[in-house]
Amino acid sequence: MKIKSSFCPGCGQVMILQSLYKVLQDNKLEDKAVLGLDIGCSLLAWNFLPINTFQTHHGRVVATMVGYKRAKTDSVSIAYTGDGGAYAIGLQSLLWSAKRNEAVIVIVVNNSIYAMTGGQTAPTTMKNQKTATSPQGYNEESFLGPELIKSLNKKAYITRSACNDIKDLKKVFNKAIKNQAKGNFSLIEVLSFCPTNWKTKGKETIDYLENMKKTFPIGEVK
Amino acid sequence: MKKEFLNGYEVVTRACIDAGANFMYGYPITPSSEVLSDWINKSQKNKNLNYLQTEDEIAAGFAVCGSIVAGKKTFTTTSGPGTILMQDSLSMAEGMRLPFVAIIAQRGGPSSGTVIYSQQEVNLAIHGGNGEGLRIVYSPSNLKELYRFIRYAFNAAWKYRFPTIVLTDGYLLKTKQNIELFSKYKNEKTKSLFLENKQKNIRNIYTIEEELMEKILKDKKDFDEMAREITEVELYKTDDAKQIIIAHGLVSAVAKEAIDILRNKGIKIGLFKPSTLSPFPKKELNSLLNKNIKKVFIIESSLGQLKNLVKQNLENKINIDVLQKPAVGIEVQEIINKITK
Repeated sequence: MKIKSSFCPGCGQVMILQSLYKVLQDNKLEDKAVLGLDIGCSLLAWNFLPINTFQTHHGRVVATMVGYKRAKTDSVSIAYTGDGGAYAIGLQSLLWSAKRNEAVIVIVVNNSIYAMTGGQTAPTTMKNQKTATSPQGYNEESFLGPELIKSLNKKAYITRSACNDIKDLKKVFNKAIKNQAKGNFSLIEVLSFCPTNWKTKGKETIDYLENMKKTFPIGEVK
Repeated sequence: MKKEFLNGYEVVTRACIDAGANFMYGYPITPSSEVLSDWINKSQKNKNLNYLQTEDEIAAGFAVCGSIVAGKKTFTTTSGPGTILMQDSLSMAEGMRLPFVAIIAQRGGPSSGTVIYSQQEVNLAIHGGNGEGLRIVYSPSNLKELYRFIRYAFNAAWKYRFPTIVLTDGYLLKTKQNIELFSKYKNEKTKSLFLENKQKNIRNIYTIEEELMEKILKDKKDFDEMAREITEVELYKTDDAKQIIIAHGLVSAVAKEAIDILRNKGIKIGLFKPSTLSPFPKKELNSLLNKNIKKVFIIESSLGQLKNLVKQNLENKINIDVLQKPAVGIEVQEIINKITK
């Protein structure tokens, strides 16, 4: 696979996207897949994988992929977005797509901040975390997207994984693809490295992500 | 052709079906909701018709975009505050050159305003996005034109790949008339942006500023070339006219009645009706006004949205008078009074 990456060094998205591609290949679905991209760091995935991709608008990728999937029912329709796009500006579409059991896969990259715009507070910012727009530390609880959305749809496959567990990523992507083939909605939140905005190096980055798991429990939400 | 007794909104759904549209996304708002309901009712029998009532106009617009990327003739309908929310997806359609078709029923603004009629969404229809307004906008003045312009709209959208709006209002959508519809127009073919065996990566965000400028300039060139093919104008009794009324949509239908009465009184007056507000019939406007026209009356249910459009396109100075009634209809007698005072 020829790799042309515009992600920052150490960005977790590289692992997430490569795992996704491997699973599509294993299932011989690379040609059927269309990756719709939200705006934010997720847009940088537009020319990363050798599959069909297109960029949409901030918060609008889920609604766009709903339209795509309904028009091309044999496609593997994936909406790829950050936590801000999914849980703040695009939450309305995400909730309603889950509630209607739209047969799309939504991958939400959770790095606890708005990374592309310079590290502002996101829905997933953790309590006491300092950000560009919470300089004294964020004083609210984090937004738990998967846990909220599960209550809307019993058939949905809803889970949380992490970019440093490739084996789990492949497992959850496989499950989501199978769930889409059955006509169901899937949401996969992936905790992801952002050393640029976390201002961390090497092991600090891994420790930061491991610490996130205390706020955001890994595993399927049932 | 047989005569049929049809509402405006039935004319809309009929035109969309005849144009080959098979997907609709929408959110209820007066006065365009009946189009959504009528489409859904028709879909109960016609299984080719798909639909979704979305959570808001934002989702409706982006689902339209996704559906078009997948190659389906898809449309939406909205009004007023919904037209505002639709700008987000219309802007993506302009950037990605998607054949996005929207039937917009104007209502009074600003804010939630009134719910049936105005001509105040002209600016929004053409220039509501964060770009250069490369959109096609038709303005029908009666039910026959409503049908015809929707058929033209789908063809223009899919041939030239610019977002296309048919700008109407609640009065026209609620009008019920015995009409004959000529329906034998050839439909443009659809095309998916993606093929399964050919990888494609589509951007709508650019890192290099010059790259975006180049794209815009190319789009503008395409738009101007297209303008020669699709610009529509109606000239009514202009051959010997000394004065010209400029009006669009329903107001132009009223103006025709006024012109007939004024001509019986010996006043040589005619109508210039831009049927496409964008691209605007600039050449036709100037060649008409250069023919010994003494005065122009611009008449509209807005405080000058049409007047600004006309002024942008005027090449020579001319004596202009206006009749502007924002958010209300204009009656024949009011036009006669304006011209004869």
